[in-house]
Amino acid sequence: MNSVYTEKINKSARIPALIEHLFAKMPEIEADRAVLLTESYRETEGQPIVLRRAKAFAHILDKLPITIRPLELIVGSNTKAPRSCQVFPEYSYSWLEDEFDTVATRSADPFYISEETKQTLRKVYPYWKGKTTSELATAYMAPEALAAIEHNIFTPGNYFYNGIGHVTVDYAKVLRIGFRGIADETRAALAKLKVSDGDYARRHQFLEAVLISCDAVCRYAARYCALAKEEAASCADESRKAELLQIAANCERVPALGATSFYEACQSFWFVQMLLQTESSGHSISPGRFDQYMYPYFKADLEKGKITREFAQELIDCIWVKLNDLNKVRDAASAEGFAGYSLFQNLIVGGQDANGCDVTNDISYMCMNATLHVSLPQPSFSVRVWNGTPHEFMLRAAEVTRTGVGLPAYYNDEVIIPSLQSRGLSLEDARDYNIIGCVEPQKSGKTDGWHDAAFFNMCRPLELVFSNGVDKGVQLGPQTGDVTKMTSFEEFYNAYKAQMNYFIELLVNADNAIDQAHADRCPLPFQSSMVEDCIGRGKSLQEGGAIYNFTGPQGFGIANMADALYAIKKLVFEDKTVTMQEYKDALEHNYGKDMDAKQAENITAQVARRLVESGKKLSSEDVKAIYETVSKNDCTEAEKASYQQLLDRIAALPKFGNDIPEVDNFARDVAYTYTRPLLNYRNPRGGQFQAGLYPVSANVPLGAQTGATPDGRLANTPVADGVSPAAGRDLKGPTAAANSVSRLDHFIASNGTLFNMKFHPSALAGAGGLESFVALVCGYFDQKGSHMQFNVVSRETLRDAQKNPEKYKSLVVRVAGYSALFTTLSRSLQDDIINRTQQGDF
Amino acid sequence: MDTSILSVTGRIFDIQRFSTHDGPGVRTIVFLKGCPLRCRWCCNPESQSYEIQQMKQKSSVKTVGKDISVGEVLEEILRDRPYYRRSGGGLTLSGGESLLQPDFAVALLTACHENGINTAMETTGFADPAVIERFIPHLDLFLMDIKHTNSRKHEEFTTKPNEKILANAQLIAEKAKKLIIRVPVIPGFNDTEQEIGDIAAFAASLPNVKEIHLLPYHRMGKDKYDGLNRPYLMGDVPPPSAEHMQRLLQVCEQHGLTTHLGG
Repeated sequence: MNSVYTEKINKSARIPALIEHLFAKMPEIEADRAVLLTESYRETEGQPIVLRRAKAFAHILDKLPITIRPLELIVGSNTKAPRSCQVFPEYSYSWLEDEFDTVATRSADPFYISEETKQTLRKVYPYWKGKTTSELATAYMAPEALAAIEHNIFTPGNYFYNGIGHVTVDYAKVLRIGFRGIADETRAALAKLKVSDGDYARRHQFLEAVLISCDAVCRYAARYCALAKEEAASCADESRKAELLQIAANCERVPALGATSFYEACQSFWFVQMLLQTESSGHSISPGRFDQYMYPYFKADLEKGKITREFAQELIDCIWVKLNDLNKVRDAASAEGFAGYSLFQNLIVGGQDANGCDVTNDISYMCMNATLHVSLPQPSFSVRVWNGTPHEFMLRAAEVTRTGVGLPAYYNDEVIIPSLQSRGLSLEDARDYNIIGCVEPQKSGKTDGWHDAAFFNMCRPLELVFSNGVDKGVQLGPQTGDVTKMTSFEEFYNAYKAQMNYFIELLVNADNAIDQAHADRCPLPFQSSMVEDCIGRGKSLQEGGAIYNFTGPQGFGIANMADALYAIKKLVFEDKTVTMQEYKDALEHNYGKDMDAKQAENITAQVARRLVESGKKLSSEDVKAIYETVSKNDCTEAEKASYQQLLDRIAALPKFGNDIPEVDNFARDVAYTYTRPLLNYRNPRGGQFQAGLYPVSANVPLGAQTGATPDGRLANTPVADGVSPAAGRDLKGPTAAANSVSRLDHFIASNGTLFNMKFHPSALAGAGGLESFVALVCGYFDQKGSHMQFNVVSRETLRDAQKNPEKYKSLVVRVAGYSALFTTLSRSLQDDIINRTQQGDF
Repeated sequence: MDTSILSVTGRIFDIQRFSTHDGPGVRTIVFLKGCPLRCRWCCNPESQSYEIQQMKQKSSVKTVGKDISVGEVLEEILRDRPYYRRSGGGLTLSGGESLLQPDFAVALLTACHENGINTAMETTGFADPAVIERFIPHLDLFLMDIKHTNSRKHEEFTTKPNEKILANAQLIAEKAKKLIIRVPVIPGFNDTEQEIGDIAAFAASLPNVKEIHLLPYHRMGKDKYDGLNRPYLMGDVPPPSAEHMQRLLQVCEQHGLTTHLGG
């Protein structure tokens, strides 16, 4: 490993020019894909769905406008305008139609949409009525599950309204044998079929669909080859002309055939990455271990003297820019939850190979350079850390962190590998894991992980304990008894567990309904062709073709629930300083805190919007009633004083995040109320449910729909993010917070945990600062924490960015499992980031 | 392990975790209360008196100082063991002056060593040599201040002459595992190239001493003087400029010393 090249490499002048072009205009919604998809669907009525999908994909790739952006070296864009997006009506469409007139002006992730595009989409949308995955999923769901969604106990919105994404395909295979090679494999599988096989029909159709998709991709690359030649012919600049001819040569070969150079490998990778996001709208299409599958091509070229390190770096930088060219429009509420135009294309470097040897290489370091050179939110750049990680690698990663891009995120092999083994992965596959999206580990090219299957708000079932299962006048949860008559903490805790178990069952029902709907209506033959063992089994990914199948819905609010249950245990049952009745009253009255009109309006709007999205019709009377409920807080001064006294008592209790083993171990147990029951359930693809503990940024909007909680958190304020301590409650510094979080069981949350820490840049100043930072990460990991990420910006900087967004267009912050441009986030999420306890001053 | 040392008590006023400037790696700093010197620039005026005091903060009053056992402090120190192990860090005693509470301080250092924790101490060196001898076997690193080579000026600004300190520096240099000299650079007191050069020459003359830290004066302790109802004698003296600190750094390096600005 001594030969690893770790030096920094200079940035080419091309990179800032590419970035400038990318951000010159507001992202736009384009209609071409929706039109082509609908054209194809109209022609294939009555055919097997998987064939219809393949034919539609082929029709789109044959006709979608193609473009080579100025100065590009790596080509392939699925939209005419940079950073723009196509739409995917096969999953859902009515929300966009409803938001046509607001999507350009909304606070989170606005998109421009022209009148012409609106007209075009209005023409194709009627075709999709009754044909979408979301409509079928709704039909499959139990009424109780729909009610739980409507009442915001959990939200499976991501896959309910969109494609699944959340996959890392076998990029290495495409680089090696190309789509012609995959087609050969498919033909071999077809040849093995007997027409008398019981499952001949399904297998045969699927394999035919794969062949159609492979051919379509080859034709698509050929279109780029022709376009590059055409542009070269009319190009006056000799050096650009040569570049265009090289691009043409690349596209002539890949991804149809295997790559013979690093440059071809880069181009081949990009076609796969971009086309996966053309076939389906799923996000978190994660490149995974880019440094591993790209390295052989780089090494071979370098040894033959065919490439310079500078040019290889430039190509990697170009890919980094392209990863920011892709985009996706979400409904307004989801846009808040996933704020920052983020596609969560997680790319990870470092770590071990299948044999357990460290495989940090030249490309690992070049990826760090690229992250510094490009300094944009994509890719979600991650590093794997284990006991054999080179110290220099850690220091370089820390240097990237110090620049304040919010990247990389750090992942612990020592937790993730055994955790994946406990879910049935072989040791070799577990060692070769990468991260999907935010924090979700899996083995590339073999897994359909459904990693982001829902947000489950752990605070809401506790509210239902206080109301005996009634929410907004409806008996939503089980009747767990009159809370004021409970005589022991065990009884209270059991009631919470009963509520949790009930809603976890409904969550499973909802996810499985959506899962089935995707299998029925949106199998993805192109994506499936790059995941083992779809071809062998003759099954799409959506039907269970992958070797490993999971469903990973994530819970959040651990810190709030730990503090809340601890407060009840202490104050009501041990110290007996507060009665349950007093607690209940205080919660109902939001501890006597008034809500100002604007706050109440905001909350009403959010609540109403959510209700409408989940299918409920609201009259203006209903909205008024919500507003009344939110804003009215009619309690006497004496009551207010007693509520304040309760708040003071709660404030004086020890809290999660301060390195107090008693409280932290209690939090560990509380997390089990979510992570353990889930393991009992299975999905339609034959896989297991597994919990994640991370919120993306949903802790803000979903917190806005959560009443006051017994930990002293006021109604409608954000709940704690990931496994991090509740905002502002960890007061003993970074090591104390890390120790507390490490006391949770990170192994059982095998779909990932997320620990956010914010640093002032000065905290990492100097060589000593970097060393201490590395010690902090490694010390947390030695105690079996799974993931850690950092925001390194000053509070003042963020405040100033709120006031003068134009000055901070490129300010990147860590939101949750990903980084985003700060100024593109909604005000409330900005505030939440500012209010996270700022560690540092050391 | 001799558990009787765990019940020895002492008086401290703060414990600060994840500190990175006072000794190698990630450190926990235990601040002991009481100091024989009264340096005009002291940024921890609440550390000087051994008495437990009340100090006004923005809107509240804070009690400064508490009596605590070695066992209790050790428990807090051990919490960050994973980070010491990764960085070579450990405990740093600061103050105040730990030499004033030798029973407690030595017991704490002993307990740390028995638990495999690296130890360091910031000190004025103002004590009887016999007291210092007790500390030496239990410290991996002495961080000792030499504030001035001129005893009269030393006394004027710190209330104590420096002969005892310079002699103890010699003793520590000869016997301790490692000694780093630290100099608070105070405008109007010791910030000329001549004065810093004299200190560096003295440091370089000590056996085994190879490293010196120059700590530029800062005003972060000013509010605490108000909180204790004490006048701030440094007035509005500005901190030394970065350029000036660079010049002083070169002066020290000319004496063959590895020199750091800050800790």
